[in-house]
Amino acid sequence: MNFIYAFLLLLFAFFFQTSITGINRKVMARLQRRRGPRWFQQYIDIFKAMSKGSTSHGWIFDFGVIMALGGIMATAILIPIGPLKAFPDVDNIFIITYLLAVGMLGMAMSASGSGNPWASIGVSRALTNMLAYDVPFMVLIVSFIFAFKTSSLSGFAALQQGAGVMGWNFFRFPLGGILALICLQGMLGKKPFDSFIAPAEIASGPMVEYGGRHLGMLFLLHEFSTFIEVSIIVHIFFGGGASPLEFMIKYALLYTFMNIIAGVFPRFKIDQAVKFYYKVPLALAFIQGLIIIFTGLGVS
Amino acid sequence: MEIISNNLEKDKKDMRKVWEKIGDYFRANSIWMMWYCTGCGAIEMPPTMTSRFDMEQLGMGPMATPRQADVLLITGYLSAKTLRRVIYSYEQMQDPKYVIGFGSCTINGGIYYDSYATMKQLDHYLPVDLYIAGCMPRPEAVMNGFDTLISMIKKGEAKGWKHYQENYDWYHENQLHSLGEVYVKDEFHE
Repeated sequence: MNFIYAFLLLLFAFFFQTSITGINRKVMARLQRRRGPRWFQQYIDIFKAMSKGSTSHGWIFDFGVIMALGGIMATAILIPIGPLKAFPDVDNIFIITYLLAVGMLGMAMSASGSGNPWASIGVSRALTNMLAYDVPFMVLIVSFIFAFKTSSLSGFAALQQGAGVMGWNFFRFPLGGILALICLQGMLGKKPFDSFIAPAEIASGPMVEYGGRHLGMLFLLHEFSTFIEVSIIVHIFFGGGASPLEFMIKYALLYTFMNIIAGVFPRFKIDQAVKFYYKVPLALAFIQGLIIIFTGLGVS
Repeated sequence: MEIISNNLEKDKKDMRKVWEKIGDYFRANSIWMMWYCTGCGAIEMPPTMTSRFDMEQLGMGPMATPRQADVLLITGYLSAKTLRRVIYSYEQMQDPKYVIGFGSCTINGGIYYDSYATMKQLDHYLPVDLYIAGCMPRPEAVMNGFDTLISMIKKGEAKGWKHYQENYDWYHENQLHSLGEVYVKDEFHE
């Protein structure tokens, strides 16, 4: 029975995130004073890619894509949607974080298997970016685990419900909230932290050799990983959702906000991104952690 | 008479299977392009992509590598030097794929008709699905051309890539005639 729920959750994640992505392409176009594509353009792009032929560069290239997509989908089924969960008691932040790494490493393996130097450069940038934002983010998460005695996404969400908007962790821990949004931007790989897919510099980095079905699978991977990352922030900082609809509304607003931020920024170089993350966000994380540990401010 | 009629009927009938028609719908509404800036047409692409004309409303957008791209834009004249690279790029694209030629130069060499180093007829080397008239075509003409390409893909008329595969010997012979054989096989000479 759990696996049926898991499958339904994956279906929901795909259709919901792909629609949100399509709508956000329209939002980005408006920011640039363009009309933009139709809201369902993202579906057409994915199915177009799936309908084309594809070139292989060996079994590592092929298997890595499958491993990446499989790893990300396995992570996605652990994400609660409001109160709904496919596998109760397994939505642990550490499990999700480690499973996310499976997808990223599969991607790295596959891209490197193509033999294209742009792919290797892109992968090294992507993993460096991941190291950069994960450190301050995990410092913050460990502080929250210390404060609330739980590491469950739905546990974090439940503790914020019933107190209205001001009960959200985003407002009870403002430094942590700001830090979370900065790290989310890095997780999503959006400007200014998108140096690993720079089209003009490294020919889109890891994606340089993917076309057709391989590229279609990468688009799916992107939708699922975006769903995971935005959901984590919604659950930990914005109260999750007492109902699936509430969760969806919060999710859509947060994702759109992050896209608008991306729309007004140029791109950092990878060394600039790492230096930034290890200065401002890491400092914010430690300050917030010390506040939680020594004063308990915001914990109740 | 009956036989001729049947042949004509067969020629006109759409030979695509249902799945190909479905695929062509998606391919017509999501075209990722790669343009090779060989001539003056490249300067028309930024306004076509940005807010004044916005090709993304057609579902089109630029892609960074030939693996990802669906359409190759030849935006002006080709010299012997650039033709080789264009052919490499075309052959790296995934099927189905399309080629659009911009302006007079891709048809007859344009103002370079008597140059020793310029390719005069692009369709002797690559299967061109569509030409856009003008020297150089304005963004309005480019958008109109893209709209026409979308229509051709929906109807199953943009089959240059099949023609290239089926008549590869002819194309290859023309390519060798103009470019010659490459004898040094390394990354700097090919």
